[in-house]
Amino acid sequence: MPALFLTSRDDGPITLVDLSGRIALGEGSALLRKTIRDLLEGGRLKIVLNLGDVNYIDSSGIGELVSGFTAVRNRGGELKLLNLTRKVHDLLQITKLFTVFDVYSDEHTAVHSFK
Amino acid sequence: MAPDTKHLEVTLDTHVESVNLAEEMCLRVAEAVGFNEDECYRIGMSVREGVINAFHYGNQEKPEKKIHLAIELTQDKMVIHVMDEGKGFQLTDVPDPLAEENLLSTSGRGIFLMRAFMDEFNVVPGRTGGAEIIMSKRFPLPGPASTNGNNRNSGSDAAPHQEA
Repeated sequence: MPALFLTSRDDGPITLVDLSGRIALGEGSALLRKTIRDLLEGGRLKIVLNLGDVNYIDSSGIGELVSGFTAVRNRGGELKLLNLTRKVHDLLQITKLFTVFDVYSDEHTAVHSFK
Repeated sequence: MAPDTKHLEVTLDTHVESVNLAEEMCLRVAEAVGFNEDECYRIGMSVREGVINAFHYGNQEKPEKKIHLAIELTQDKMVIHVMDEGKGFQLTDVPDPLAEENLLSTSGRGIFLMRAFMDEFNVVPGRTGGAEIIMSKRFPLPGPASTNGNNRNSGSDAAPHQEA
């Protein structure tokens, strides 16, 4: 089971984080938390998480996404999701989080959705 | 237990690595008995959530406590038991993660996911003193197009041994 791999790139004031692997307890959850915290501390408040290569999220990973969403919003920023795989899409749908997150299927639209 | 029920039981440490171990073990059994990829995903996720529940809420991450995982293969379903050594809990006390006030909660979705992904789900007082999660998934109906060679009746080496 692969761990989570993560790289960040900036597009002006927007940071895109490309994730691949699993966001799960003991694997990617802690890394995702640290990444979002580091971005916020660096003043990056417009964040897109590209989940195109994330094929597994457990309840711990869901909790981390929600935690990140809340942390960014509390700083006056926005965290959006990009390229959900079918399993992640279904998971967010049954947990009703699809209505909470701003979700996009193409990067251009996601980047230009920020105010 | 019915005479043709196969049974496998392991005792796991209260450690985060036990979550992956339990998931992998159950996935191997699920694949061996013929569940498809989507059903294996649901079974694996449910086992993972059950063991996370035992690790975190039941045993409160205390290393001296154990997590007991059992798999039964009956004639028509795979039954999974996850037992902790905590104080037990009532399903009626678990908050609904879909309630508006809980949507942004960072925890509390494990029970919901197990219920959603398995055919049967229940929590009872366990023989180890804590809670026992019991969940099951019915075997897929045999189809004429089953060509992957891992059908439940094909005699896989990965199937659990018969209990004495």
